[in-house]
Amino acid sequence: MSDSPATMEHGHSPALRHHFVDVEQQRNAASLGMWLFLATEIMFFGGMFCAYLIYRVSYFKEFAAGSQSLQLEVGAANTVVLICSSLTVALGVRAAQMGKRRLLVMLLLLTMLFGLTFLGVKAYEWHREYKEHHVPGFGFDAKNLIEEHPNLGIDPQHAQVFYSLYFAMTGMHAIHMIIGVGLFTWLTFMAWRGDYGPEYYTPVENAGLYWHFVDIIWIYLFPLLYLIDRKPLG
Amino acid sequence: MATAITIPAEREHYLNKEHGISSWLLTTDHKRIALLYLLSITFFFFIGGFFALLIRLELLTPAGDLVQADTYNKLFSMHGQVMVFFFLIPSIPAVLGNFLVPLMIGAKDLAFPKINLLSWYLYVIAGIMMLHAMITGGVDTGWTFYTPLSTAFSNTHVIEAGLSIFVAGFSSIFTGLNFVVTIHRMRAPGMTWSRMPLFIWAHYATSIIQLLGTPVLAITLVLVVLERAFHLCIFDSTCGGDPLLFQHLFWFYSHPAVYIMILPSMGVVTEIITCFSRKRVFGYKFIALASISIAVFGFLVWAHHMFVAGMSVYAALAFSLLSYSVAVPSAIKVFNWTATMYKGSISYSTPMLYAFGFIGLFTMGGMTGLFLASLGIDVHVTDTYFVVAHFHYIMVGGAVMGYLGGMHFWWPKISGRMYPEGWGRLAALIVFIGFNLTFFPQFILGYLGMPRRYWQYPPEFQVLNVLSTAGSTILAVGYVLPMVYFLWSMRYGKIASDNPWGAAGLEWKASSPPTTFNFDETPVVTWEAYNYDEIPTPEEVAVER
Repeated sequence: MSDSPATMEHGHSPALRHHFVDVEQQRNAASLGMWLFLATEIMFFGGMFCAYLIYRVSYFKEFAAGSQSLQLEVGAANTVVLICSSLTVALGVRAAQMGKRRLLVMLLLLTMLFGLTFLGVKAYEWHREYKEHHVPGFGFDAKNLIEEHPNLGIDPQHAQVFYSLYFAMTGMHAIHMIIGVGLFTWLTFMAWRGDYGPEYYTPVENAGLYWHFVDIIWIYLFPLLYLIDRKPLG
Repeated sequence: MATAITIPAEREHYLNKEHGISSWLLTTDHKRIALLYLLSITFFFFIGGFFALLIRLELLTPAGDLVQADTYNKLFSMHGQVMVFFFLIPSIPAVLGNFLVPLMIGAKDLAFPKINLLSWYLYVIAGIMMLHAMITGGVDTGWTFYTPLSTAFSNTHVIEAGLSIFVAGFSSIFTGLNFVVTIHRMRAPGMTWSRMPLFIWAHYATSIIQLLGTPVLAITLVLVVLERAFHLCIFDSTCGGDPLLFQHLFWFYSHPAVYIMILPSMGVVTEIITCFSRKRVFGYKFIALASISIAVFGFLVWAHHMFVAGMSVYAALAFSLLSYSVAVPSAIKVFNWTATMYKGSISYSTPMLYAFGFIGLFTMGGMTGLFLASLGIDVHVTDTYFVVAHFHYIMVGGAVMGYLGGMHFWWPKISGRMYPEGWGRLAALIVFIGFNLTFFPQFILGYLGMPRRYWQYPPEFQVLNVLSTAGSTILAVGYVLPMVYFLWSMRYGKIASDNPWGAAGLEWKASSPPTTFNFDETPVVTWEAYNYDEIPTPEEVAVER
């Protein structure tokens, strides 16, 4: 089969797997596979977004108060960091398509740097929330929320639901970031070896899609968690 | 012995191409991975079956005498978890689907062979976790993991079992993903969507459910595990969470999961009926679209599991109505199968007997499903044996019948040997009798008010329970028989020709067993599916010779 005209046309790409007719079919399959995987990821996060929606409606004041306890500037800065990383990924895919190996490696490294910065900042935020006793299951206490909004009548249990969702959602997002950084480490190594070029850049493209997806999740998480209501409450 | 000597120059095929354990454990051949799945799901089927027999033995007498109440809770929980997540969900897709999807559309393999192997390894890891959870004490939450029982009250291995099902879910997602991409991108020239076998349509619909439903179960189980391990508060009512939310999320997957089990089975039955009626299938497009609409409607009916859980009456009305709507595509299928048989030249071979069994039992299961979809009756029979009987008619009477029928139908292709036809028919008969004896009395028991998940019951229910337990032993014989003669036939069975049934479909144009890349030349399809008016029967072929 490897000698058939179809594969000759595409210049005997070493990346062509035996069960595909040509490189075109292989690339289309990989791309469709990645998009379907992202669809499953949307459903995965969708479960939590659904829970968030329901509790936000039921326990709005606790959600607003909890949201105000998060540091807006830090979250916003982290959003900028992630958007920058999406830019470097997009440029990286372009570099791979044009066969610019050194540029690709640099952009991938830069992406990981942004990713790790995000995770570092997130860890700082979690640490701060831990010190304020806002982590459910680790001596959770809504005392300072109640002190800050004495007239709101905050129910500590409902506040705990907010923080539970906050940690579940940002935690799941962070796990996806960590997986992404792992993926990019491997990708950087392959790029450095010179595996990717105009003929074969599917892994860069697909890992890029994954990275963008994880970014987009954060683009939703940021307003949903940090920007519920920033006016002075009741 | 003589046959073994006369075929020394045996043709090369996927089974004998490579030897040794690593040629199996590192294979990326979809047919070998199908066999790996076959072995592992059979293992779990017998574990789940063992639990079922213990449950039935306990219920032989009204008193709780064989096992403790706690043990009984664990038995039905683990029976459910093993059978649902480790047998029924992977059964037809991961074994027959894996083997046949590329063959039927004229591809050399699935789109992602390594991910296919990965999905089997995930299944094995999940299976080991589940076995470990069982051996170290088991789970007693039912297969449903309802909160707050699972998060706050149960003292059993909920976390490990939950994570095990999380991992098994990814195995299922990867299988579905592979199928969708393969069906979209790998079809042979001329294999248009309207020429695909209905088995493929059924698997396409199944895969969509696997892709969109399973991740929701995954996140739900993660939240249960987080709530149990780190005291997050999402589903626990004692700290502001909502147990109903858990039920909504759980059933959002677990109701469509029923269609993951039954749709592939419907695909199998369609192939069998049209082949053994020697007729073009009646209403091809309707059956294909019925599969898709079952997948779509299936996502809109989940809350009929929660009519008595305390949700809004208006929501219950809407879900009741939507639940009825699933009956429409299901009925279209049943009518089309019957119409396919009408004036066909029917032969009563083993796969056809299973298909007959499927139609009857699925119809009963489906009709009693309508009872349960209506609010008034559901309140009366919720959590009784009526429900148990209903879903066993669908899952065992439907899905397992289809699975066994399919195993017999494609066994010549898988193994290159024929199974003994007489034994096959006998086993099909035993399964049918055993099944009905086991589960029909449970409809009556449930209607009389016997609740599920209790290890004791009032003495007036004993006669029907004895019947049910007796039936389960017959059913067990019916399940062990095929395993024995399939194994026997691998060595002593008659050598199968490439197309022993005179069936349509590309898989029968490949050799039996197929070579590693299925076809020597990529086939070009110029005919419509199920062109039985153009294909000679095996008998006609024999006469011509």
